[in-house]
Amino acid sequence: MRVCSELNDTHGPTAEEKTSVPNVSRVVASQKTRKHMKLYCLSGHPTLPCNVLKFKSTTIMLDCGLDTTAALYFLPLPLVHSPRLSKLPGWVSKDGAVNLEKELKECSGRVFVDSQPEFCLPEKELLDLSTIDVILISNYHCMMALPYITEHTGFTGTVYATEPTLQIGRLLMEELVTFMERVPKAQAATCWKNKEIQRLLPGPLKDAVDVWSWRKCYSVQEVNSALSKVQLVGYSQKELFGAVQVTPLSSGYSLGSSNWIIQSHYEKVSYVSGSSLLTTHPQPMEQSSLKNSDVLILTGLTQIPTANPDGMLGEFCSNLAMTIRAGGNVLVPCYSSGVIYDLLECLYQFMDSANLGSTPFYFISPVANSSLEFSQIFAEWLCQNKQSKVYLPEPPFPHAELIQTNKLKHYPSIHGDFSSEFRQPCVVFTGHPSLRFGDVVHFMELWGKSSLNTIIFTEPDFSYLDALAPYQPLAMKCVYCPIDTRLNFHQVSKLLKDIQPLHVVCPEPYTQPPPAQPHRSDLMLELQPPPMAYRRCSVLGLPFRRRYERIHLLPELARSLVPSEIKAGVSVATVSAVLQSKDNKHVLQPVPKPAPVPPSKKRKRVTEEPPEVLNPKPLLSGAVPLEPFLAMLHKNGITEVKVEETADGHILHLQTEDVLIQLEEDATHIICDNNEPLRTALRDLVLRFLQKL
Amino acid sequence: MPDIKVTPLGAGQDVGRSCILVSIGGKNIMLDCGMHMGYNDDRRFPDFSYVTQNGRLTEFLDCVIISHFHLDHCGALPYMSEMVGYDGPIYMTHPTKAICPILLEDFRKITVDKKGETNFFTSQMIKDCMKKVVPLNLHQTVQVDEELEIKAYYAGHVLGAAMFQIKVGSESVVYTGDYNMTPDRHLGAAWIDKCRPDILISESTYATTIRDSKRCRERDFLKKVHETVERGGKVLIPVFALGRAQELCILLETFWERMNLKAPIYFSTGLTEKANHYYKLFITWTNQKIRKTFVQRNMFEFKHIKAFDRSYADNPGPMVVFATPGMLHAGQSLQIFKKWAGNEKNMLIMPGYCVQGTVGHKILNGQKKLEMEGRATVITGTANNVIPHLASTLLDVKLQVEYMSFSAHADAKGIMQLIRMAEPRNMLLVHGEAKKMEFLKDKIEQEVFVRCISCYMPANGETTTVVTNPSVPVDISLNLLKREMALGGPLPDAKRPRTMHGTLIMKDNSLRLVSPEQALKELGLSEHQLRFTCRVQLHDPHSDTDTLGRIYTHLKSVLKSYSIQHVPDGTVIVESIVIKVTSSAEEPNLKVILLSWSYQDEELGSFLSTLLKKGLPS
Repeated sequence: MRVCSELNDTHGPTAEEKTSVPNVSRVVASQKTRKHMKLYCLSGHPTLPCNVLKFKSTTIMLDCGLDTTAALYFLPLPLVHSPRLSKLPGWVSKDGAVNLEKELKECSGRVFVDSQPEFCLPEKELLDLSTIDVILISNYHCMMALPYITEHTGFTGTVYATEPTLQIGRLLMEELVTFMERVPKAQAATCWKNKEIQRLLPGPLKDAVDVWSWRKCYSVQEVNSALSKVQLVGYSQKELFGAVQVTPLSSGYSLGSSNWIIQSHYEKVSYVSGSSLLTTHPQPMEQSSLKNSDVLILTGLTQIPTANPDGMLGEFCSNLAMTIRAGGNVLVPCYSSGVIYDLLECLYQFMDSANLGSTPFYFISPVANSSLEFSQIFAEWLCQNKQSKVYLPEPPFPHAELIQTNKLKHYPSIHGDFSSEFRQPCVVFTGHPSLRFGDVVHFMELWGKSSLNTIIFTEPDFSYLDALAPYQPLAMKCVYCPIDTRLNFHQVSKLLKDIQPLHVVCPEPYTQPPPAQPHRSDLMLELQPPPMAYRRCSVLGLPFRRRYERIHLLPELARSLVPSEIKAGVSVATVSAVLQSKDNKHVLQPVPKPAPVPPSKKRKRVTEEPPEVLNPKPLLSGAVPLEPFLAMLHKNGITEVKVEETADGHILHLQTEDVLIQLEEDATHIICDNNEPLRTALRDLVLRFLQKL
Repeated sequence: MPDIKVTPLGAGQDVGRSCILVSIGGKNIMLDCGMHMGYNDDRRFPDFSYVTQNGRLTEFLDCVIISHFHLDHCGALPYMSEMVGYDGPIYMTHPTKAICPILLEDFRKITVDKKGETNFFTSQMIKDCMKKVVPLNLHQTVQVDEELEIKAYYAGHVLGAAMFQIKVGSESVVYTGDYNMTPDRHLGAAWIDKCRPDILISESTYATTIRDSKRCRERDFLKKVHETVERGGKVLIPVFALGRAQELCILLETFWERMNLKAPIYFSTGLTEKANHYYKLFITWTNQKIRKTFVQRNMFEFKHIKAFDRSYADNPGPMVVFATPGMLHAGQSLQIFKKWAGNEKNMLIMPGYCVQGTVGHKILNGQKKLEMEGRATVITGTANNVIPHLASTLLDVKLQVEYMSFSAHADAKGIMQLIRMAEPRNMLLVHGEAKKMEFLKDKIEQEVFVRCISCYMPANGETTTVVTNPSVPVDISLNLLKREMALGGPLPDAKRPRTMHGTLIMKDNSLRLVSPEQALKELGLSEHQLRFTCRVQLHDPHSDTDTLGRIYTHLKSVLKSYSIQHVPDGTVIVESIVIKVTSSAEEPNLKVILLSWSYQDEELGSFLSTLLKKGLPS
């Protein structure tokens, strides 16, 4: 056994004893000032989240979804003058006391705001947005509020997103801006927002919340400025931000969609946003990296937990075929990217088999061409089967062939070429799915009066009844086939069982059955410990039990360590070192050697000056066995030893030297007068039997 | 001492058959697996017997990384994996994975079908080899196993070209493959973060060149082509199907458009259209401008450039032909060259590097008479009078020869730029000629900003060993760390460094540093108390209490920075050392001072016993 000789040269009492009194207060103070991890919830919408995580003195925003359902309270924006909409009567309260006929119009018993549609923003008052260091975007649907966050708020941080998320997100924002700016509305209705007046309005307008925080759409300049702050990341890329490492993982929901790992060496937060386990076009969801999370923030589950996407797709096709066969047109209000790729792929196979091969498809959007083109260049972000097509080289999506064979045509709007080229019956894919703006408004006016036509809702974000309300009465058929590929409750509980997070944080609606189906306890999260629920404006303290921190031993120090085996597979080494901490990074370096003292002087110094360096001694452990110890004494020339048995051990009397050594299981006591060299020699003999810690 | 070993099996002080072995943190990695264009014998492939004399390579290699699709970087891959034997993972980017098998198949066809070689890899072997490929994305951190991770950076040399960071613990190596630090007409510039690798393995093709601006070269190129076409000559531009070809096509296409030129431009081999298709599908790997505008106008859809047919070579009048391969060592470019070489009106433009032994290399060195060897079948007279003509023929080179470096390699300036970006601790040059490397090595070692960098340039089969100094990451208990930080402050005091004491517990693969008390508790050990008691006798004509008081005063004056207490029950306590005074009734002036201390106060106890033996000051 080698004894760490350096350690024996250290001096003085242990550090705790030495300085305990004055420093306790300092330790306590530093614990108090240590920032706890907190989650600020700026949106209560489960699928359009916007949360801010304060983690290791870094402020991280997780997504910034824009709730566009507020647009449903507004009248549609027609692309061409609509006599029907312009003739709607203004609203006056029954007693005539409140007259808002300029701002509010009535249609089939519902009241709508006649103004440019507005959106519900994430909460801006809960914390100072200029303190945000990083924004992590999980998919292009969850970034639509970005310009509201990054512009005019003093925001100076970085936005992280994958390339498809950025490019398609840009398209969706530009589309939104074009939809709004194409049909400018002179007036902005505000009177109805007055609390006293809103109270008197008929529902659902009466019950709309936070109406003063609603905002009009941003401008294209704001979009450009916001997106210039995006830094691109790839899946599994470890991006360091101070002491925090963020990593996007494939979430399987849309092109470039990601979940995020936010971690230090000892704390791990997983942020799960819209994720899918279905095999559609995106790269499959990466699950194993989510394991060992302290906290898992769960958002973006399916909005239609009772509908099976495959079944819906089947219904979509059969309704479409039925309508076309009867000579009617099919209108599919949809977003310009995402499920539309799957719908086109599905129809590509279906139409020929249904003998409808000659039916034209039209995709109308200011970004239709871009969306179709972009979908073909992100091979790396696609599922295996699409990826391998690129190696041939063939475009990954079959809509390239639909376009080549003229079966699918795309137009920036209903104006221009489309009006002269389009043939009926046909299938039109166009936005916006809220039916309040975009080219879809025109088709509603055009086809709504005929029962031959069908509108098929596939996007799950809007209630189709609310969406249709300003078009009533309506003759066209309505089919609701919401396709939401995000995780359902069954899938998520299996996932959580696999990855075993210590705590789950989720929006409140996930902790109870859907309001419409209170008996369906299978449509909620049941976990042990129960999930921590949040709603808009919640601030949650996140539970972390961290016990370790990462530290680096400099190579010279590591080399000087002498490990000894305590039991099978467990070794220990005493470490005496100098700590250096900077920017949350800790390094241990060897103790600098004291300046060499001339040997002649050394002796004198030791005896005349008190020991200087206050290095603590290692703790001792083990026992000093009697027989080997006696043998050791013998070997060192101490032969006359009288051994006396006591209740707890033995007393050794070294007769020649007149020294007593008390040996007990957990203690050794050396009583030795006036013979310092002997005492230290005995000390070292005892130490040879003991472990140093 | 931990070290990193680098051994080039190819590309050591040479260009061609890049293949570099790296041993880092107990892992073995093969970087590239290329062939040499200048040889037709065994020297064509790297010497894998260096790895093992007998049998397969699988157990000796943790992974193989391919930097880009050029054959001098991947040409030996099927041979290595299927004929020598390797079943582990092969990493490359998606575009490389897409294009690499096509070039390998092309290479195989030329070698087996045209030159009639046997004992070469088959089409099936190429397919089997590609099944072992794991594609990766830029910046994606791929965990090869628990310790080894790799990460790809954009290299800008050809479509899908990447530089690779290889990391084990805190040791790392960066391998550049071939790279380009200036964006060109179709690709962006190489980029890497300040990752401070222990070794940066860089190509050094253009180690001595500092090239003039790209614009000048482009103008020069267009002028030469234009002049030749104007005087009715034919221009042959030997290229590889993917890479430079697309850049020059974009250049000529826009020039033809602007100048309204009518002379035909052709691109040889059926690969062309397919090649352009790859560029369209992997547009995210091209430069900013092309990516931004691809929806409106895809730069890889050419109007003026048409597919070439062998018969066109004999057409009268001017034309421009891009033909493969780029070094004129075989195939269509060589055939066309033979046809056109005799006419001084024609022009040959070599836009890239040619390795030694190729026809291209000879011509560039000014050779005017070339011996053409090979199985040229000369048909004389009637069909039944075919004589395989094996003797070499002499070819007069009369056409004008221009060399224009369009190869996308970093020049000396670019290499320095990359060093500044990555801040490596050591440099290792490969993929260059020894003399040029020597020059660059001097330049690197002289440069002020890279002081302390050693630069190596091993030859093939020669191992460079670089000693690394990795620090050891350990988990420290938060309690211990906080206590230390509270006591010592964040930075050590240079004059009086505070020594922290802890116990490192090594269990399974974890290293945890905890306080000794916690270590005892965790390991289920009990503490062993080691105590010392020492009696010192001295004469002091005072009462016991007074003697104790005098001891207290004395110690107070000697031990300034220690805690000393005089406890009313008749003891003095220095830190944890207990001091008592007794005397016998017979000799009240002979005091017995009893000192008792634990091992933790050993130095102080020893000091006090010696001190008190000397008596008290009067």
